[in-house]
Amino acid sequence: MMEKGLMDKGSVEGQVTEDLMRDTLKTREMWLNMGPQHPSTHGVLRLILALEGERIVDTEIVIGYLHRGMEKLAEAKTYPQFLPYTDRLDYISSHAMNFGYVLAVEKLMGIEVPERAQYIRVMMAELTRISSHLIWLATHALDIGAMTVFLYCFREREMILDLFEMACGARLTTSYFRIGGVAHDLPDGFIEQAREFCKIFPKKAQDYDDLILKNRIWLSRTVNVAKISGEEGLNLGLTGPNIRGSGVYWDIRKDEPYSNYDKLDWEIAVEHGCDVYARYLVRLKEMRESCKIVSQCLDILEKLDGPVMAKVPKVIKPPEGEVYASVEAPKGELGFYIVSDGSPKPYRLKIRAPSFANLISVPTMVRGHMVADVIAVIGSIDVVLGEVDR
Amino acid sequence: MAGEKEKKVSKGEVKEERKPKAPAAEEAAKKKAAAPKDEAPQEPQVDVDTLPLVKRVKEVKGEFIEDVKYFRGEITFLVKKEGIVDLCHFLKDDSETQFDFLTEVIGTHYPEREKPFEVVYHLYSTSKKHRVRLKVQLAEDEEVESVFPVWRSATWYEREVYDMLGIRFANHPDLKRILLPDDWEGHPLRKDYPLQGPPGYREAWIKAHCASTNKL
Repeated sequence: MMEKGLMDKGSVEGQVTEDLMRDTLKTREMWLNMGPQHPSTHGVLRLILALEGERIVDTEIVIGYLHRGMEKLAEAKTYPQFLPYTDRLDYISSHAMNFGYVLAVEKLMGIEVPERAQYIRVMMAELTRISSHLIWLATHALDIGAMTVFLYCFREREMILDLFEMACGARLTTSYFRIGGVAHDLPDGFIEQAREFCKIFPKKAQDYDDLILKNRIWLSRTVNVAKISGEEGLNLGLTGPNIRGSGVYWDIRKDEPYSNYDKLDWEIAVEHGCDVYARYLVRLKEMRESCKIVSQCLDILEKLDGPVMAKVPKVIKPPEGEVYASVEAPKGELGFYIVSDGSPKPYRLKIRAPSFANLISVPTMVRGHMVADVIAVIGSIDVVLGEVDR
Repeated sequence: MAGEKEKKVSKGEVKEERKPKAPAAEEAAKKKAAAPKDEAPQEPQVDVDTLPLVKRVKEVKGEFIEDVKYFRGEITFLVKKEGIVDLCHFLKDDSETQFDFLTEVIGTHYPEREKPFEVVYHLYSTSKKHRVRLKVQLAEDEEVESVFPVWRSATWYEREVYDMLGIRFANHPDLKRILLPDDWEGHPLRKDYPLQGPPGYREAWIKAHCASTNKL
């Protein structure tokens, strides 16, 4: 744009312009703010990206916009009173959150849960996993640009939410689990409706595959993006489907089987690609495995009768001590660490939220990638900010 | 009116009837409460020193271990403050322990104790499939070394402990608040921190943000 004469070093004007350019047009990092109000950050997550051109050289993650002080609140609530709060951690998989909490309290008190309640819990947790993964697939695909998958996934998720509504009256914040069992038995017609879901879900999962599994745009946006090795992932606190996408055989349901997972037949979903695509494959396989678990639970529940609540004292007063119990939540390892001083309220309750830990590795994953890949990465690690900020 | 009186009377009778039952219920509750207490001592019968993990750790890094506890199948080591990073390096690299995963770091406040703060580390081994808990006790204003060189995930966990309890970690690469805003005062998970926030905070917030509906 500039006239040649002006750039001439000999002329006074040329010298001035060159100085000006050196001072003002330096090559330097640009800081770009992404979020907290950004549709692809799945909540209120803020990323500060340091860019060199369009390549990312550094990332800072700012969280805490949804902090509600759950752990402080827990110290002021009795054990049963805190249960509904756990729904609000990862609000799209509340059964799994309930599960982790009740297991911790039961471990502390040494309560044996009746067999039927165990199977109902496992079934509900697996249905939750499917619904959570469906939301993940829907929004992840939408972020990358596949609109149809979004609509398909929400259609099937609706069926699961209907089942939840049948069992406990709520669709999202279910609070169905109780310390010692579940709130009440399954209603009439539940098993038939759940069977219907298990019958059609594998076909629907095939539909999702047909849409994007070999889609060229999908592959170019996900394959070899945000690679992270298993060892590095463990070092950075990655759990759940994310670490299984890096070839680590670690699923708490298999390795430290809680409830009735050891009596059911299913496989761990592991992929060795270490990239966004591998994490996608892991979750799709997990949905199918979960569907298998649900139908096995239904077979057993049809024949198995019995109580759904253990005999639990009216005032829950665990003995002094501390326990840590963890479950394989849809996002990864969800753990509850409870310190009891023998009173009806927990002395200290710490929630090990999988999404919080999974976020730690994002700066490592996105380094050297394009800005557009950040969206694919955040989608692939599947964060829910209710759980990150607590 | 007469009917109401009758009802009242009948209610009174019911109450009187219930009163004598109450002590019996209490006794039953006491029995129930006593039952788990009887069961509880069954567990500590496990001799802690025979557990292979405890044996190994005491053998090699015994000088750092102050105490070992066993409760509900979980092993807890009380570790000397200066030995924590050394011990963590050992636990991660030793072929018998292989704790390659730091599950979380937790801070707890016990105001009545001489050393009021406790930092708890949960470790897990993906190959050996076992867990362990490490504890460090700290006095007010005491620092503990960051385990960041062993597991990089510790950066965030330790930032959270600092944010919530004000425990400082030495040699931490970037120790600042994580969940609360940078200008927040106090550390909410300390036991002396008021549940509804600092006094006057809520009122000031409402005044500043809800001017139109200010009825306080």
